[in-house]
This record gives sequence, structure tokens and C-alpha cells, in this order.
Amino acid sequence: MSTVMLESVSGTEAAETQAVSLHRTFLRKAGHAFIRAKDDLHGMSAFLIITLSVALAKIHKAKKVIQPLIRGQIQRAGINLMPMITFLALALGLVVIGQTVFLLHNYGAESYAGTVMASVVVRELGPLMAAMLVLARVGAANVVELGTARALGEVEALEALGIDPVHYLVVPRVIGMALAIFSLTVYLIMLALFSGYLFAFIEGVPLQPGEYFRQLAAALLWQDFVLVALKTVCFGVLIAIVTCYEGLAAPLRLEEVSRATTSAVGKCIVGVVLLDAAFIVLYFVI
Amino acid sequence: MEQKSQPDAPLVEAIDVGIARPRSNQLIVSHVNWKVGAGEFWVVGGGQGAGKTSFLCTVAGLWRPAAGVVRHFGEDLAELSEQKLLRLRTRVGFVFKGGGRMLADLTVAESVALPLYYHLDWTDEQAGERVKVILQATELEWAADSKAQDAGWGCQQRIGLARALALNPEVLFLDEPLSGLDAHDRNWWRKFLETLWQGTPLTEGHKMTLVAVTNDFGLWSGGKHRRGLLRGGRWEEIGEREEIAEIV
Repeated sequence: MSTVMLESVSGTEAAETQAVSLHRTFLRKAGHAFIRAKDDLHGMSAFLIITLSVALAKIHKAKKVIQPLIRGQIQRAGINLMPMITFLALALGLVVIGQTVFLLHNYGAESYAGTVMASVVVRELGPLMAAMLVLARVGAANVVELGTARALGEVEALEALGIDPVHYLVVPRVIGMALAIFSLTVYLIMLALFSGYLFAFIEGVPLQPGEYFRQLAAALLWQDFVLVALKTVCFGVLIAIVTCYEGLAAPLRLEEVSRATTSAVGKCIVGVVLLDAAFIVLYFVI
Repeated sequence: MEQKSQPDAPLVEAIDVGIARPRSNQLIVSHVNWKVGAGEFWVVGGGQGAGKTSFLCTVAGLWRPAAGVVRHFGEDLAELSEQKLLRLRTRVGFVFKGGGRMLADLTVAESVALPLYYHLDWTDEQAGERVKVILQATELEWAADSKAQDAGWGCQQRIGLARALALNPEVLFLDEPLSGLDAHDRNWWRKFLETLWQGTPLTEGHKMTLVAVTNDFGLWSGGKHRRGLLRGGRWEEIGEREEIAEIV
């Protein structure tokens, strides 16, 4: 065999070996990611069950301590976010109606703006935007606070006082965030529907307020109210559980808090989107 | 604040206990066999890295032992559910070293009142009265409405002591309470712990059992406490006259 042929053969073998190696590396990484995701899911499910059982078992315990903490969380994740949610709701109404009117105009169907608003804002964008805002403003802060508290030994200090850290730190956050996202979503939807009509009115869409609200009422079913309530509460529980789990479940060092925060935010986004997809399926089922 | 301990039973008992730091399987102290009787005052010494904090956290029931059994009031902590363990901890106080690990969002008065509200569901009046008595005794009245972090470093451990005393525990564990203090504060701590040990109105007359760790027995000289030593990964009881210079 000539030298050129030998080089050619060895070059092909090297390329094949490299391809196999890349393939194996990819499989190994994918395998590791899958195992990590499975472990996380397992850990968070256990954490959720523990939290719910503590919340139920201690529903009457230490109300004087826990109720102000829940009020504090509602204030933090709900009331304090109202200016931002007002801005988002106005923008959402304008954007959705703006795009819709433009599209519907091509087909001479501007008068269906109300129906589109109900489908898009009430069922999808309203709950999602409220959840994302709470995640960004409060969920991330949760991980930092709890991770720092854990790293500085404050959680151990609670245990030393016989205070259940899940009861004191997690339960108020779960209840507060669930109620806050539900309330913010209702507020956001109502404001977005109002601002949507305002924009339609400004654009000169021939739609009377009575007709707009009739379209909204016709487009909304009883399932919408039930599922939006359920979905927003689930979003709140999910964000609270994931962020508290990342902050508390494993002992952290201070330098690990930022990594835990980014990890928690990523997991929350994936979780919220998957949960939303599950609710879409549920809409079709019921 | 009901006291339930048996007069002669050991309040804390370690049976062949192995101690490791969290997230580590490596034993730093092994084969600890130790009993703390009611009304005893123990000072346990050890050099840097001897595992004093790990030892204290483990025998206080905050960390699980890597081996062996830790009993409080006759109950094996490993066999208790989390909820029972938390209840048992109300009978045991713990003062952390270096700042006392105070909750960042509470004032000093709120920190002391927290266990009273949480466990005893006391009214503001009842809790306020108890907090006042404790802050008076610990000379912290001036800091009642400040955040613990805003008080000086030397005060924070004292705030931790005030918080640990809220429920009037039967046993009090202290992690290097005299380290890093000036002579005046050291004297204050020693006298105050002595009064707790003797029994005061603050403890409703009962003699509190005390366990402190130290890296310098010299700070505790003259007291009538029993002494233990952590050296070379082993625990041993030492007499009053044994020199400790070699370990510090």
C-alpha cells in the first residue's frame, strides 16, 4: 500500500474514531443530564409532599408567627408587583389587540377582537406573564435569601429553637406565591381586556363596548375560570417549591448561591411551560 | 416551659458516637462515650480543627452522628420523627459561636419572642414580659428594637444567648462563648453562666445544665465545672488539674 493510501486510511479511521468519541460524549452528557433531571424531579416531588404535609399537619400551629409571614409574602409577591403588572397588562392589551386588529382587518373580521382577547389573554398569556414576573422579581430572590440563610446557618438556628424550617420558611412562601399569582393574573387579565378595548377604540375598530364584552362572555366557558384559577395556583406552588428546594434542600456555600439561583430560574421556566402545556391538554379533555 | 427531666437520668448521652462534618464521611472524632447528668456544667476543650463545633452540634442533636447513638432525656434521637425531634429540641438550648446566627429580618426582641410565639402561642403581653426579663438579665434592653446584625459583634452572641433562654431549656449548649471577647465581656459571660448553673428566677429556680466548648481552658479557670478534651480524634474526660497547655 502506498504512503498516500496509508495516510488516507489512517485519516478516515481517525475521523471515524473522533465521530464515535463525539457520539459517546454526547450520549454520556445526555445520560448525565437525564439522571440529574430525574433526581431533581424526585427531590422536588418529595419536597412538595413534605411541604404539603407540614402545611396540613400544622395548619393551626403558631398562627401568630405564620400568618404575618404569609401576609408578608402576599405583599411581596402580589401587592408590591402591582405597578409592574399594571404596565404589563396595558402593554399586553395594546399588543394583542394591535396585532389582532391588523390581522383581522385583512379578512374584514375586526369585530372578533373580543373573542381573540379572551382566548389569548385569559387562557394563556395572562397566567404566564404573571408567573414569569413573580419568578423574576420574587422567585429568584427566594433562592438567594434561603440559600444565604442556609449558608450562614440560620436554618440550623431555627432547628435549634425547635422551629420547623419548612413550616417557617417554605409554607408561607408557597401559600403567598400561589395566592399572589392567582390575584395578579385576575388583575392582569381584567386590565389587559380593558386596555385592549381602549386600543381598539382608538384605532377606530367598529366595536361597541357592549358587543366587545358580549364577545368576551361568549368566548369564556366555566372551564376557563376553573382552569385559570387552578393553573395560577399551580404556577405559584411550582415556583415556590422549586426556588425553596434549590435554596434549602442541599447545604450550600455562599459562593454556590448564584449557581443555585440561575439553576432554579431555568427549572421554573421549564416547569411553568410544561405545566401550561398540560393545562392545554386538559382544556381539550374536559 | 414545663420541666420533665428525671433527677438522676442523664439528660444527654453519647454511646460510641462517631462525629463527621456535614457533607463528609470522614470521622473527626470517634468512640465518644459520655453522659451529662442534670445540673452538671461541662467545658470541653480542643485545639483548632479538633472538631469542637461538630462535637457540640452532634451531641446537641443538630447533626446526625456518623456512628453510634445520641440520646436526649433517654430518647434515641435517630429513632424520633422529625416532628418529635423538633419538640424535644425545645428542652435544649444552643448558642452558636461568632454572631449567634441571628435571623436577618427580626429585631432582637422579635428574635427572643419567636420561640415563645411559635411553641407556646403566647399573647403579646405574656411574650413581652418574658422578653423584657430576658433582655434585662442579659443587659440587652437597649438593643431590643434594633436588628441583631446592627448590634456589635460582641453583642450578637449575647443575643443568641437571650434567644436560647426564651423557652427556659433544661440543657444549654454553648459554642466557644468566651472566644473573641474582651476581659469585661468574658467576666460577664462567666458570671452569667454561673448564675444559670446555680439557678435564678430567669430559669424559674432550676439549675440549668451547661455544656460549653472552648479552645482555651485558661478562660474557664477557677470554675467548678467538669472537663472533657477532644484530642487526636478521641474524647476523654480530664481532671481539673490536668494541664491543657499542650493542646492549645
